[in-house]
Amino acid sequence: MVQMNNVTMVYENSDVAALDSVSLTISEGEFAFLVGPSGSGKTTIIKLLTGEIMPSDGEVIVNGFNTVKLKRRKMPQMRRTLGVIFQDFRLIDKMTVYDNVAFAMRVVGAANKEIRERVPKVLELVGLEGREKRLPAELSGGEQQRVAIARALVNNPTMIIADEPTGNLDPVRSLELMLLLEK
Amino acid sequence: MKLNRYGYLIGEGFRNIFTHCFMSFASVTIIIACLIVMGIFSLLDININQIIDDIGDQNQILAYVDEDMTAQEASAKLQTKLESLDNVASVEFVSRSEARESFMEKYDESLMEGIDDEVFRHRFSIQLIDLSLMDETKAEIEDVDGIVKVNAPTEFADKFISVRNVISIVSLALIVILGFVSLFIMSNTIKLATYGRREEIAIMKMVGASNSFIRCPFIVEGLVLGVVGGGLAFLAQWGLYAALEAKIVESLGISFVEIVPFAQVWPFVLITFLAVGILVGAVGGVIAIRNYLKV
Ligand SMILES: Nc1ncnc2c1ncn2[C@@H]1O[C@H](COP(=O)(O)OP(=O)(O)O)[C@@H](O)[C@H]1O
Ligand SMILES: [Mg+2]
Repeated sequence: MVQMNNVTMVYENSDVAALDSVSLTISEGEFAFLVGPSGSGKTTIIKLLTGEIMPSDGEVIVNGFNTVKLKRRKMPQMRRTLGVIFQDFRLIDKMTVYDNVAFAMRVVGAANKEIRERVPKVLELVGLEGREKRLPAELSGGEQQRVAIARALVNNPTMIIADEPTGNLDPVRSLELMLLLEK
Repeated sequence: MKLNRYGYLIGEGFRNIFTHCFMSFASVTIIIACLIVMGIFSLLDININQIIDDIGDQNQILAYVDEDMTAQEASAKLQTKLESLDNVASVEFVSRSEARESFMEKYDESLMEGIDDEVFRHRFSIQLIDLSLMDETKAEIEDVDGIVKVNAPTEFADKFISVRNVISIVSLALIVILGFVSLFIMSNTIKLATYGRREEIAIMKMVGASNSFIRCPFIVEGLVLGVVGGGLAFLAQWGLYAALEAKIVESLGISFVEIVPFAQVWPFVLITFLAVGILVGAVGGVIAIRNYLKV
């Protein structure tokens, strides 16, 4: 599902490599963890997988799409196979929980009927039933994160990517979350 | 499904406009101002062209025939020769006596006492296709055998034509400059909307929304602003033109210049204004969102 071959990443405004000749393979059905101290390049790898940045050298293959060779027009197609949970969640402040999740379906062209069926199911799965009408600011950190997870799951991606999913959670919550992601 | 989706995108476009009321208002105002200035100059251009056409109709070239030729000889030999010249629209033979009669019709008969037919020569009255080539055509007519003298109102025509040319150049320059000004204001207005929605745009990209989908609300925003601006500018132009028309007719008298009535040009004005509005709006939208779609 993921293959990185000799990937080197040097950010434009810096002269040291954030990644230096990294190769890795993650196969289908695998639950992979990437650990390392802050600044070691974890987020950089995720950005490479989502096509947000392009490697300075080497190649990145995600779900059969080679991000370097991929035409820009085809990028959305690759991204639809991914569900990304950002380190800072990136929820839309002015949208309710329900709308934050529905938004992800709407912008890839899902029908209203489909959205009405699917969103409540996913919110239930992450344990947010009853919170649909709240704004992100009215939720705890853990609840916000579950909105982000629901949004990543809602379009049925083949792969979920989470950046520091347990970074700002206590150990009990972290365990719960790991169990949730494993579903 | 399609309908829902378009409904959503169009709704977002309208929402952008109202979230940035002031900038939307500003860009519509600028577009209106630009269109009116463009309109004034274009209409001025149209009117001057009409005046030039009128001058063309009224000011024929007169080519006088050699004294030695009879009326029959002249019309038989010279008519076709003159008609075959490039810039000549029509040629009419006027005999000595006809010329005398029409002169007498125009002026007091007492003036004519003692003047006989011989003073009037046989002549050809010639209409041109393009007035701006009057000088060249005059020379060509003078070269025709049997023509002794050519009278052409070249100076009068030249003056109007040079005025027309100046106005055409100024109009064109203004249209280009104001077009860019409108585009600049429009794209910055829409940029404000993209800035307010940058988080949404980032998420849209991450979940795989297509570029055209992301672009759509901003283009809708531009189109709506452009069409509203074009429509309002049309109404303003209409009022302005009608008022000016009335003023000019009142102060100069009806007979001096014929003003092109708005009824005759409004489809041109409306279509041009809407087209410019649509173009500026759509291109402004594309420019505004361009930077977000690179990654
Ligand atoms: N946009 C950027 N421009 C320049 N350097 C960056 C940028 N993003 C990250 N870096 C650098 O790349 C290295 C890896 O960062 P990152 O991938 O965010 O680490 P992690 O997520 O493991 O904490 C760091 O040294 C960081 O300073
Ligand atoms: Mg990080």
